[in-house]
Amino acid sequence: MSLTAEDVNKIAHLARLGIDSQDVGSYTKDLSGMLALMAKMGEVNTDGVEPMAHPLDQVQRLRADVVTESNQREHFQAIAPKVEDGLYLVPKVIE
Amino acid sequence: MNTQWETVIGLEIHTQLATQSKIFSGASTAYGAEPNTQACAVDLGLPGVLPVLNEDAVRKAVTFGLAIEAEIAPRSVFARKNYFYPDLPKGYQISQMDLPIVGKGHLDIEVDGETKRIGVTRAHLEEDAGKSLHENFHGLSGIDLNRAGTPLLEIVSEPDMRSAQEAVAYMRKLHELVRYLEICDGNMQEGSFRCDANVSVRPVGQAEFGTRVEIKNINSFKFVEKAINHEVERQIDLIESGGKIIQETRLYDANKDETRSMRSKEEANDYRYFPDPDLLPVVVGEDFKAQIYASLPELPDAKKQRFHSEYHLDNEAAGILTSSRALADYFEAVTKQSGCEAKLCANWVNGELAAALNKANLEITESPISPAQLSGLLVRISDNTISGKIAKQVFEALWQNPDSNADAIIDAQGLRQITDTGAIEAVIDAIIAANGKQVEQYRGGNDKVFGFFVGQVMKAMQGKANPAEVNKMLMAKLKG
Repeated sequence: MSLTAEDVNKIAHLARLGIDSQDVGSYTKDLSGMLALMAKMGEVNTDGVEPMAHPLDQVQRLRADVVTESNQREHFQAIAPKVEDGLYLVPKVIE
Repeated sequence: MNTQWETVIGLEIHTQLATQSKIFSGASTAYGAEPNTQACAVDLGLPGVLPVLNEDAVRKAVTFGLAIEAEIAPRSVFARKNYFYPDLPKGYQISQMDLPIVGKGHLDIEVDGETKRIGVTRAHLEEDAGKSLHENFHGLSGIDLNRAGTPLLEIVSEPDMRSAQEAVAYMRKLHELVRYLEICDGNMQEGSFRCDANVSVRPVGQAEFGTRVEIKNINSFKFVEKAINHEVERQIDLIESGGKIIQETRLYDANKDETRSMRSKEEANDYRYFPDPDLLPVVVGEDFKAQIYASLPELPDAKKQRFHSEYHLDNEAAGILTSSRALADYFEAVTKQSGCEAKLCANWVNGELAAALNKANLEITESPISPAQLSGLLVRISDNTISGKIAKQVFEALWQNPDSNADAIIDAQGLRQITDTGAIEAVIDAIIAANGKQVEQYRGGNDKVFGFFVGQVMKAMQGKANPAEVNKMLMAKLKG
């Protein structure tokens, strides 16, 4: 599978990555190369093999439903660019 | 054009699971706290934190799955749903995609006396996002992350509903069920139970579905019905005037009673799901499942059936009484404690008590009159100490004085019914003597005057005469 420059720009936009237009060509080539490798792996017959969800062969541990965290708002908000009335302020976003 | 249209509806319902702490962190989920006081490092998505799954969220999801007779996935996987929005600090929501915890199940609804089975496609665990406030922040948005990480169970139905009425019936049924199971408090004002509807139309007889439109966040039963009906009308108008439906998300505006386009899905929908490397597969063992299965309460359908067979209540009364577990428990406590006929108990719980609660805007759990107090009253109706009419008066007094009891009120107000036939007879004789004209009318064949005599006797005896006795004696005396 081979990507186009348009694909690369779209992926970058979805991931909110700013890439220089002069680099699009090399990204397109590199990413296409990776996909080609994936396609090659895809040729292996995996019938009857359960898809792997995690490289560790273990199951999720569960925690008891207990509140263990206390209020540390002041602490966390000390590193926020802008806060008011206990809220984090961000550039306006309305869809 | 005379095309007959068929509506196709599927619902996605987000239920907030009633846990103490969040799905992946130990922060509290209590509603209404000061902004960001319940948002810990995990909820904020600070670097280096790791999610640890809440056992009770898993338990509640499995409880739901078992109640709808669904397959419980022996192994389910969390995935990242990637999108950017400030109330989602990590840049992804932890959700489930390919392997949800609850698989195919079903729920039976009743519309116009007909039972219909609605398929549930799946139900998956995920975390909620925070809240954005867009007012009064000098052109900025304020973010409160208290809700971020609250456990949700998203319940997705099959496109099995064919009218807004069916959709509302399904939503109500689900609402009833999650509260029965005590996995969700069902509080719609606080957003604990939210509904999105996928709506499309197609000509009757056409096999494939039309293009669907998603209506977001319709958070009351009334709005669901209105929003769907409005959207159906819009789609039919558009198609009939030569237009085309585009797949999009629309928002229902309750004030204007219309839906409007929110965003087109093509771009926004590219969520690039992949398995979350921070979480291992969740395994639900047979023991865990069996233990939950054993602790399931009697479910609404089974309870309704039992109320029907055990108490001989009609469909409507049984349906109302089993609409919530608390109401059903209240009714059963009254029948048990009073030993009165179930029908009498049902009439009072669904009638006088329900009306009074409704008027005072109280839930059954907040009733000032306890089952024991109501039982005390019903016992006195059953043993003819008071008439049904006087009983309403006693009920009023009980409502005003929740520390009192029926017997005390009956004694204090002298409401005991008079069954002494001699006393009743004396009053009847006096009234017959004083109303010669009406006696003549009655004897002349005007049966309606009978009510006049009953009224007069009751009035003279302050409503305390036994009505059956009065009727019987009056009838005999008037015949002459």
